[in-house]
Amino acid sequence: MSLLGGGIFKGMAVTLRNFVGSYFDKERLTTKEYAWRTDDKLPERAGDYPKEEAEQLSDTTTVTHYSRNFPMLLHDEGEPMDTVRCVACQICERECPPQCIYIEKSKDKMERGGNKAQFYPATFDIDVSVCMSCQICVEVCPFDAIVMNSQFELSTPDRFGGLLLRRDDLLKSNDYYHKIHPEEAAARDKRIADEKAAKEAKKKAAEEAKKKAAEAKAKAEAEAKAKEEAESAEKPAEAPAPTHTDAKKEDNGE
Amino acid sequence: MPNYELIQQDGLETSLLEVSMGPHHPSTHGVFRMDVKLDGETVVDLKPVFGYLHRNHEKLAEAMSYLASMPFTDRLDYFNSMTNNWAYALAAEQLIEIEIPERAEYLRVIMSELTRLVNHVSLVGFFVNDLGALGTPLLYAFREREKILDLFEQASGARMMCNYFRFGGLRCDVPEGWLDRTREVVDRFPKFLDEYEKLLCENEIILSRTQGVGNLSKELAINAGITGPMLRASGVNYDIRKVDNYGIYDRFKFRVPYSKGKVGDCYDRFMVRMLEMRESIEILKQALDGIEAGPIMGNAGKVFKPAKAEAYGRVEAPKGELGFYLVADGTTQPYRYRVRPPSFINLTVLQDMCIGQQVADAVIILGSIDIVLGEVDR
Ligand code: SF4
Ligand code: SF4
Repeated sequence: MSLLGGGIFKGMAVTLRNFVGSYFDKERLTTKEYAWRTDDKLPERAGDYPKEEAEQLSDTTTVTHYSRNFPMLLHDEGEPMDTVRCVACQICERECPPQCIYIEKSKDKMERGGNKAQFYPATFDIDVSVCMSCQICVEVCPFDAIVMNSQFELSTPDRFGGLLLRRDDLLKSNDYYHKIHPEEAAARDKRIADEKAAKEAKKKAAEEAKKKAAEAKAKAEAEAKAKEEAESAEKPAEAPAPTHTDAKKEDNGE
Repeated sequence: MPNYELIQQDGLETSLLEVSMGPHHPSTHGVFRMDVKLDGETVVDLKPVFGYLHRNHEKLAEAMSYLASMPFTDRLDYFNSMTNNWAYALAAEQLIEIEIPERAEYLRVIMSELTRLVNHVSLVGFFVNDLGALGTPLLYAFREREKILDLFEQASGARMMCNYFRFGGLRCDVPEGWLDRTREVVDRFPKFLDEYEKLLCENEIILSRTQGVGNLSKELAINAGITGPMLRASGVNYDIRKVDNYGIYDRFKFRVPYSKGKVGDCYDRFMVRMLEMRESIEILKQALDGIEAGPIMGNAGKVFKPAKAEAYGRVEAPKGELGFYLVADGTTQPYRYRVRPPSFINLTVLQDMCIGQQVADAVIILGSIDIVLGEVDR
């Protein structure tokens, strides 16, 4: 700092090095290129993003495999509404902090994937102008029916209707989920499979236990009967009286 | 306003000029207004006016489950959502007995120190921006910040509104390879800091504009309840990471930079933050070495329903002491929920620091406090 203005020149040298360096080293660039914007194909105005393209574009950014934006409803393979996982239990609606989910339960029940017939959502709206992408709904859902989408090209010229995602906009297949969040989806599928296996094992164990108990009971009964018979055979003279009254009682009862 | 004599010159009528700076003023870091009374260029009185961004955060939280408030804490100091999460989680974890797994503790420290880097590096950029160096330093700062935000996105799914902490741990584990990427960023950061210091710390314009401007004495700083880098710039060695040793901070070796025997001017506040970043890097390196695989969520049940109790959890947020005070009444919702925001309390000494300074200096004094209006107004 002996030379007045020396510090300023030092600073300027840094700026120069960054300026020149940015041509050779991407690390020095102060701007970032979106991976999907290499073709200069910018939409003319808001709302011009074709839906399929937006989905595809959102999919190719560098970090989207982890990012979340707004929720979507999962369905398994097949027709979306036939395999939708949501059972309209409305837990997410209740827990959503800014209260942006609106659900109407169906009147009838529907069977899915060999499970017990359950309700399904007749209406399922999420107002994404209110949603704050917090993921609480995903965490509280006991049926793994709602997960976060990473699609972000949602701009629309219609402020109210356009930002209210209806049930059919929200429905996405599990395959799509695997495409946008591969790690998370795999972990979730594994957990579901594990839980199902555990449940089945438990059911099986319970059934077996039941069977065993029944067998044991039958055996015990048979033994008791055999014993009784043996006893009655041994003492034919004494036994008949109580048996007789018992049978009589039963007759009366009927 | 203290008794003030206008500068009188022969034959000239002078009077005070009242200027309302803000709420839409580029230097006020959000919707904040300063009513200043000026005698020429000198500030003779200053009244901070805030509340334009009031969102009813505390009252809303009383009508919500404990977990549902977690995403809202992100929006307090939106630069540092991770430390906000931690403070709230700490308070809530006191209400019920939860064991926090080792890995979660390490990740909490890593996240919070990364947050400190994000905050300080951009604060310095904004501060120099207020001085009039438009663009360059801020862009360099944002370039580095971006790398850390990418890490946040990979871990939590969001760049700024992370909502990552949970009572008893973290929401999810970091993805594969995340720790290596973090190490890369952390290892490269000192190089950037060297360059940044070369760019700024010796610059004569910065020195002459910041040294001796906005002095805050040690006594006033303590009496006004100032915390964080601002308190340490006034010469008080006080850091909640050292005092409380919350989490696992007692396992790390780091120093607390504070400006001993200095006046506590804008330059000190700027330098304390520059030095603090180096210490954060030290902590990060130790944490990245120490972390091991394991579970990241404790034994917390699905429903959070503490018994009647009170709890206060505080952390050393990049801006100062961030505390959450909770009163539980045995239901799933808190009876009282109170935030002690550092920037709000640090802002209270603005008037004392500005009186007698030039009006252009009032802008950089405000910049050196480091406020975020989301936290001031809640
Ligand atoms: S992400 Fe959060 S705000 Fe959005 S619908 Fe789900 S719970 Fe509600
Ligand atoms: S998304 Fe999940 S929590 Fe919400 S109603 Fe459907 S099943 Fe219930």
